[in-house]
Amino acid sequence: MPRLTLVTAGPLGRGYLERLAWRLSTVLPHAVIVAGAPLNLSPAWDPERGQYHSTRILELLARGETGEEGSRTLGVVGEDLFVPILTFVFGEALLGGPAAVFSPVRLSPTFYGLPRNKDLLLERSLKEALHELGHTFGLYHCPRDCVMRASANADEVDLKPARFCEACARALPA
Amino acid sequence: MDKASILVVDDEKVVRDSLTRWFGEYGYRVSTAGSGKEALGLLSERPFDVMLVDIKMPGMDGLELLRRTREAVPDAVVIIMTAYGTVDYAVQALKQGAYDFVKKPFDPDDLARLVEKALEHRGLVAENIQLKRSLDQVSQFDDIVGDSPEMRDLLEMVRNVAETDSTVLIVGESGTGKELIARAVHAASPRRYMPIVPVSCGALPDTLVESELFGHEKGAFTGAQYRRKGKLELADGGTLFLDEIGEISPKTQVDLLRVLEERAFTRLGGHEVIHVDFRLITATHRDLEQRVAEGKFRQDLFYRLNVVTLRCPPLRERTGDIPLLAEHFMKKLSRQMSRRFELIEPEAMELLQRHPWPGNVRELENAIERAMVVGTPPAIRARDLPVPGPAGGEGAARPGGTSLAAVEREHIQRILLKHRGNVTRAARELEIDRVTLYNKIKKYGLRRE
Repeated sequence: MPRLTLVTAGPLGRGYLERLAWRLSTVLPHAVIVAGAPLNLSPAWDPERGQYHSTRILELLARGETGEEGSRTLGVVGEDLFVPILTFVFGEALLGGPAAVFSPVRLSPTFYGLPRNKDLLLERSLKEALHELGHTFGLYHCPRDCVMRASANADEVDLKPARFCEACARALPA
Repeated sequence: MDKASILVVDDEKVVRDSLTRWFGEYGYRVSTAGSGKEALGLLSERPFDVMLVDIKMPGMDGLELLRRTREAVPDAVVIIMTAYGTVDYAVQALKQGAYDFVKKPFDPDDLARLVEKALEHRGLVAENIQLKRSLDQVSQFDDIVGDSPEMRDLLEMVRNVAETDSTVLIVGESGTGKELIARAVHAASPRRYMPIVPVSCGALPDTLVESELFGHEKGAFTGAQYRRKGKLELADGGTLFLDEIGEISPKTQVDLLRVLEERAFTRLGGHEVIHVDFRLITATHRDLEQRVAEGKFRQDLFYRLNVVTLRCPPLRERTGDIPLLAEHFMKKLSRQMSRRFELIEPEAMELLQRHPWPGNVRELENAIERAMVVGTPPAIRARDLPVPGPAGGEGAARPGGTSLAAVEREHIQRILLKHRGNVTRAARELEIDRVTLYNKIKKYGLRRE
């Protein structure tokens, strides 16, 4: 069975991670494990932007990958992420590669001044995690009712389902 | 369907890499260039659906690249990327034809929407170009049949004059195809995507010509229950074709002259000045110069209309075109009438070429139609043609003889058959009353079926 390793960094609740790992294991054919040691994010810090450069984090994650067939590493980073040209990103992935990263920071209702909502945060996190992992399996954005549909804001994340459409699901390991 | 292609032009590698990765997740085909020169090189190899161009680059900046891109690819969709403090440049870029601009760093939401919108725009532009090409492929001269030197000269003049915006006067006898020529001028002109609006001045009473041309406001005259746009307004951007211009009254001549001078008018009963931009083509079968000399047509208007004159030759001056025209009408009418005529017998063709055709091409078309009504497929025969046979000939055209009675008998028989024995319709066409027609049927022993 392929493995999905969740590598964490930044402030994240233990309960959040465990629930996320469990939800991912219900959708993906992977054995989901949470790595013991958190990732050192300092090489990805950009003091001018006050954010972490997601591409750098991906490079760090890819370095630790074992290259096992179908296995993936997913960074779950409790910090705000960016790529230089965009104001922020929810996440980033190596298209068809071994690693992906996402941040729950902008998925949390509290980021927008709204009351805390753990269930909503988990649901959105599951969708973004699946979305970025989908890219690692070579999937592009999908126009159908699918988790691979592009979403540039939290509302759009809410509008898509936490599952792959039939066509996209075929790209996942058995 | 192929995914869209995007060219990212930025001197910063990190920007190129970020956008490549970001657009890559959408499945777009992304190419990058680190300079304007490199971008032009890529553009010379293949087109791109959308270009994202940084405005500040060493060497050739974004504005220069935009200008040179649009010179080579006028419909290129270019989005300008600006940094803080370069918004003024972005405004310049928009004036130079950029599709839009985005400020760095971009909000992912904004960038996704902008590119989506740009691609949609690109699709519409491409569709528009395709439609225009299809339209252009429909020959503007398809309906004009003729290979005689006279027609070739005329069509050459049509092509030359079409490219200009000059006023055209088409002269020629009735039935020579003046309206077809007017339509060909319009169809080959830069105004071809706008309408050509024909007005038959000869068919309308003077008061109606005014209302037709200028339109009217509600209540302008008895029966004007609604505001109505005139042909001048409807032709805005396109071509106004005034047929039978020699027939318009002195008052309409004055009004028309004013419109041509001012390119503005008011509707009947209205005060609002309406500005219009149209090309004017007029046609007449009359000798306008003679009418000017007789004081029936204003000289100043004549000079306004007579900038370029195209003369439609009468059919008798291009008899070489008669076989082509006859075949053309036979094929066209075969389709319309669902009667499979496939050839014109040599005797019939000879007859057609000898006839002087005072009614010109229109008369020829009518003759072919009549022959197809009374004749039997698949051949048009001489005896079915409503034209007199050659004097002293073999009688092929007039099997019943050439006396007045014989000609009348045959003519009435033909009209009766055309109308399938309907006496009322046949009498109407023959311009005689039904009783007279019944008497002639009896006298000549004619068949009604």
